[in-house]
Amino acid sequence: MKSSTLIRLASQSILRNRMRSILTMLGIIIGVAAVIVMVAVGYGARSRIHEQINNLGTNMIVITPGASTTGGVSQGAQAFATLTVEDADKIRNESQNVAAVSPVIVSRSQVIAPGGNWRTMINGVDTDYQMIRAWQTDSGTFFGPDDVFAARSVAILGRTVAQRLFADSNPVGQEIQIAALRFKVTGVLAPKGQTASGSDSDDVILIPYTTAATRLTGKPRIPQILASTASEGELSAAQDEIKTLLRESHHITGDDEDDFTVRNQTDLATAAESSTRVMTLLMAAIASISLLVGGIGIMNIMLVSVTERTREIGIRLALGARGSDVLTQFLVESIVMGVLGGIGGLVLGITSAKVLAHFTGWETTISPLVMIIAVGFSGAVGVFFGFYPAQKAAALRPIEALRYE
Amino acid sequence: MNDIVIQTDKITKTYGSGTTEVHALSNVDLTIRRGELAAIMGASGSGKSTLMNLLGCLDTPTSGSYTLDGVRVDGLGKNELARIRNEKLGFVFQGFNLLARTSAVENVELPMLYDRSGRKRDTRALAVAALERVGLGSRLDHQPSELSGGQQQRVAIARALVTEPALVLADEPTGNLDTHTSIEVMALFQQLNEQGITIVVVTHEPDVAVYATRIIQLRDGQICRDEPVKNPQTAARDLEKLDRSSA
Ligand SMILES: Nc1ncnc2c1ncn2[C@@H]1O[C@H](COP(=O)(O)OP(=O)(O)O)[C@@H](O)[C@H]1O
Ligand SMILES: [Mg+2]
Repeated sequence: MKSSTLIRLASQSILRNRMRSILTMLGIIIGVAAVIVMVAVGYGARSRIHEQINNLGTNMIVITPGASTTGGVSQGAQAFATLTVEDADKIRNESQNVAAVSPVIVSRSQVIAPGGNWRTMINGVDTDYQMIRAWQTDSGTFFGPDDVFAARSVAILGRTVAQRLFADSNPVGQEIQIAALRFKVTGVLAPKGQTASGSDSDDVILIPYTTAATRLTGKPRIPQILASTASEGELSAAQDEIKTLLRESHHITGDDEDDFTVRNQTDLATAAESSTRVMTLLMAAIASISLLVGGIGIMNIMLVSVTERTREIGIRLALGARGSDVLTQFLVESIVMGVLGGIGGLVLGITSAKVLAHFTGWETTISPLVMIIAVGFSGAVGVFFGFYPAQKAAALRPIEALRYE
Repeated sequence: MNDIVIQTDKITKTYGSGTTEVHALSNVDLTIRRGELAAIMGASGSGKSTLMNLLGCLDTPTSGSYTLDGVRVDGLGKNELARIRNEKLGFVFQGFNLLARTSAVENVELPMLYDRSGRKRDTRALAVAALERVGLGSRLDHQPSELSGGQQQRVAIARALVTEPALVLADEPTGNLDTHTSIEVMALFQQLNEQGITIVVVTHEPDVAVYATRIIQLRDGQICRDEPVKNPQTAARDLEKLDRSSA
């Protein structure tokens, strides 16, 4: 039989049992829609993470205390390991490839201003910090080397902090109190938005690290030292150099493991991606299960259809159809059902992804390749689950099929 | 060209085995020549349908040989039998056996869809011609549910004719029809037979058999009587008489 005839026959038979066909295809529709939405959101999440990581700065190297494993999970040594201001100084003074270095001394504190008060993160940093993180000031200026040298009480506010403390008035030149110390606001940072882990980058105050180390009470710690190179090409050389320098200053020799971790932005992106990959795999598993259930639905209905149409099969066999003609007819029917379900799922999936993007603001991306794979896979589900019923139909003997009531 | 359409030699069909064994047909020798309109008669259970299924290559004999239109049929495989059915045979069944929700033309086109000779034909035109031949030229796009019993059987006859088979087999073709329609169908068979088509009709009704040129009587799976009819009744004339008396 011609393939056009086969497809026409299949469509006729599907249309005759419209409701039943739609219910049968529902499994495939939902499965494919789930895949599409998940892939779309997954792609979106990945590109968002990339954007955020790039947002951190350019050609940035992050040094954190504690050894690392491949997945970026810190191990027990972290509890004892420390990074010091001297480590940062050593890198600044001795490294050839590093262009900028800044320790980050982190503490949390209550901040009081005439207009309000707010608890936030106080980061003690060097002047290089601005360059490393490519972070402009919206108003005022960043503090200079003499402020750092003299450990002056100057502060630069993140956008969120500025809004909390000063609402709409200009904070530059005003005074704030951090942990009972008076600081003069010299600038306000441009907004950077959310970090990859979802916290607010702008909920921060930057002060000179010397000030943080000497004036602030509490327990300031150095969770990271940031560095950057002039260009991307020097990144890995700089990383190696930093490792050598820190091993030296931490007195680590031979085969002993580093008690610090040096990563660049790409490493950070990979680590962040691996967490989304687990999510994606999980979702793919759910989607495959629903496709499987959809396929079983097709098989079930095709078996019912073969039984219902035993007489029709008998007529076709009597008129000269071969077993293979009957097999093809039923197989094409289940393939058409699968592909229609796939297309339905595609439409539903794209619509859902768009709606989701609209309400959550997530970026969703649907590539044509994913669409082709989704529809092709549904067709394959049709072949796989339609084969057994079709074979059952093809194996019928003409007289028995004709006699079937 | 060979004048013999059907030749069976000691054809036997046994169903089941052991204590449940049923000898539906035993050692049947039957020869039917081109141009005959034969009626196979017999009581219920005498083996008429069994014989019909064997002649129609829908079933295979337990033993014996069968030659159809010059081709030895016993021993052929499923696919070859399908081809023989498609090329050499036309079927008319008691229950019409049309595809539901499918137009008359499409029903008649059906056997041509399974044609494997590879020749290019306008299947629709041929189907229309066959329907016109049985007087249904005005019902081309009607579905079986929109046709009367007699009309449905005529669609089935058109479907049997459309491939120009060597033999048309009809198993109780009038079994589901009233007397008037039955005679109409037999008139159609007589008309087609005059045009040279070989037809074998199975029936248990003597009223139907009177239109055949030969009557073969079966009893307990064997032929007990087989004789030609000298002057068969003409169904068309009987129809006229019937119409006149009712008018
Ligand atoms: N599929 C079958 N299995 C077992 N016995 C059968 C089968 N078909 C027919 N028979 C038996 O064979 C005999 C002939 O049946 P059949 O050819 O249908 O007779 P008829 O058509 O003349 O009424 C009957 O005794 C019937 O019970
Ligand atoms: Mg019978």
